[in-house]
Amino acid sequence: MQRVLTTLSHEEPDRVPLFLALTMHGAKELGINIREYFSKPQNMVEGQLRLLSKYQQDFIYTFCYAPLEMEAWGAQVIYREDGPPNSGPPLLRKLEDIQGLKAPRVSETPCLLKVLKTIELLKSRVETDVPIVGVVISPFSLPIMQLGFDAYIELIYERPQLFWRLMELNKAFSIQWANAQLAAGATAICYFDPVSSPTIIPRDIYLKTGFEVAREAIRAIKGPTATHLASGRSLGILDDLAVTGTSMVGVSCEENLAELKRAASQKLTILGNLNGIEMRRWTPREAETQVKRAIAQAGPGGGFILGDNHGEIPWQVEEEVLFAIGDAVRKWGEYPLNWVKDER
Amino acid sequence: MTRLTVVFLHAKGFVGMVSGRSNEQWQDFWNMAPDVRRKSFEEALLSLDRMAARAALNLHNDEEGSLQFLEDIVVPALESIGKGWEEGRISLAQVYMAGRITEELMEELLPLKAAPHSGAEMAIAVLEDYHLLGKRLVCSVLRSAGFHVADYGRMNVDDLVQRVKSEKIRILLISTLMLPSALNVKAVRKGLTRAGADVKIVVGGAPFRFDDQLWLEVGADATASTASGAIHVVQGMWKELR
Repeated sequence: MQRVLTTLSHEEPDRVPLFLALTMHGAKELGINIREYFSKPQNMVEGQLRLLSKYQQDFIYTFCYAPLEMEAWGAQVIYREDGPPNSGPPLLRKLEDIQGLKAPRVSETPCLLKVLKTIELLKSRVETDVPIVGVVISPFSLPIMQLGFDAYIELIYERPQLFWRLMELNKAFSIQWANAQLAAGATAICYFDPVSSPTIIPRDIYLKTGFEVAREAIRAIKGPTATHLASGRSLGILDDLAVTGTSMVGVSCEENLAELKRAASQKLTILGNLNGIEMRRWTPREAETQVKRAIAQAGPGGGFILGDNHGEIPWQVEEEVLFAIGDAVRKWGEYPLNWVKDER
Repeated sequence: MTRLTVVFLHAKGFVGMVSGRSNEQWQDFWNMAPDVRRKSFEEALLSLDRMAARAALNLHNDEEGSLQFLEDIVVPALESIGKGWEEGRISLAQVYMAGRITEELMEELLPLKAAPHSGAEMAIAVLEDYHLLGKRLVCSVLRSAGFHVADYGRMNVDDLVQRVKSEKIRILLISTLMLPSALNVKAVRKGLTRAGADVKIVVGGAPFRFDDQLWLEVGADATASTASGAIHVVQGMWKELR
């Protein structure tokens, strides 16, 4: 915990913290399938604890799968054997359906209660030794699954009244869901907000929409937040993200970490940016090279956590690569990072 | 009035200025004009100005009386927007809205029967997942560039192989968002080979953008990192198949 808190204060801890975003991977540890794994809190607790001990990382991640919240709203979730459960068809067939939409209550929704129980049990096991990071899909990004991406873009540009009606509903739900996780024992909330990335939406539209939504939602969440853009670029909105009140940003492998670190200038901690998709075919040596590169670019001075760029490591990534990432961060990530200066 | 519209109107004024001038001066103007119009069209798309976009196309169409405006204006503008997205200067929402406006304009200006590339049997599908935006973007730009693409929607591997075979498709575009779906393109390739179907497969979507070797691994013939990038790929294949 201290390692993470120190880097969040933009100071150098004993070494660079490592957040390996392992979710369904707990199923492999228990030798069960992914659907069964997510069916019981006990499975997820055991899975996360085994992953923590195996890879010696610095957090526990209670993210299950992206459409969990949509399941709470009544949508279909499609399980598969070789990857995260995926969202089914959009919940709303047409934009006008927003008028009659009602948000679920966390306290009455079994799939969410299961996650809360998981957090509670994990908290009782690790207490304050390891941060437990819960997740909400931001109110501004949830509509990708509620409506489908194309209809949502049209809503943003062409139906402002309906857009804001949906934002009010989603905001109330996301705040309720985030605060329930904090009350259950989560240390912080990862606010997944890919639509706010300049990869997806121009900054001028973001400032009128996702930025305002994030500012209100994050203010109402009773704990620290980290905004994750799930592979989307962030450089063009780093200052805006800082204004929303978030303390960390998950960044893309398409951007230069050193440039991001400079731009964040002690306002935001940077989390990233190992390429999770490429990671599938890395060798241990390539993993070490990538870890070394990331630490050299963003490690000095703290304010940096090593992780992947998407917030979810693919099922197909080999154990030996994950071990190699852990070994490399222990080899190259110990402060002070004198080797970085020597190599410059 | 946008900056580029002003440039465009200045160019129109230039017509008057050069009236009665030499052939060389006329040639200079016509050489410049498509680029000015392309920029004007692109700017109109990015500012969601349908009327300005239509104006940029119409003038050229009237003058040329042909479909040359697709090559001169529409395709380069969409490619430029796609490049802007790839380089992080333009957002996906802008790419989508630009594609939608262009597709609407093409429906108006370019009836399907007149599509220059309607002879090639080409289809597009999303493999397994429900993320349909990429497919829609590619559909929009290809139709805008004059290609006739059958939209299969969301398909699983077996149904896709069967349909491609039975409809004698020659170019199959597959869009994916999730990595496991992208990896399953391999099963599509295997199924088509087993069925004896001679089909070119073009893949696209986030997994292929983040891993530039993945398209080779799954047995695709090509990939495109942007929707508009698919135009060049398909143009090349279409010529090969003629």
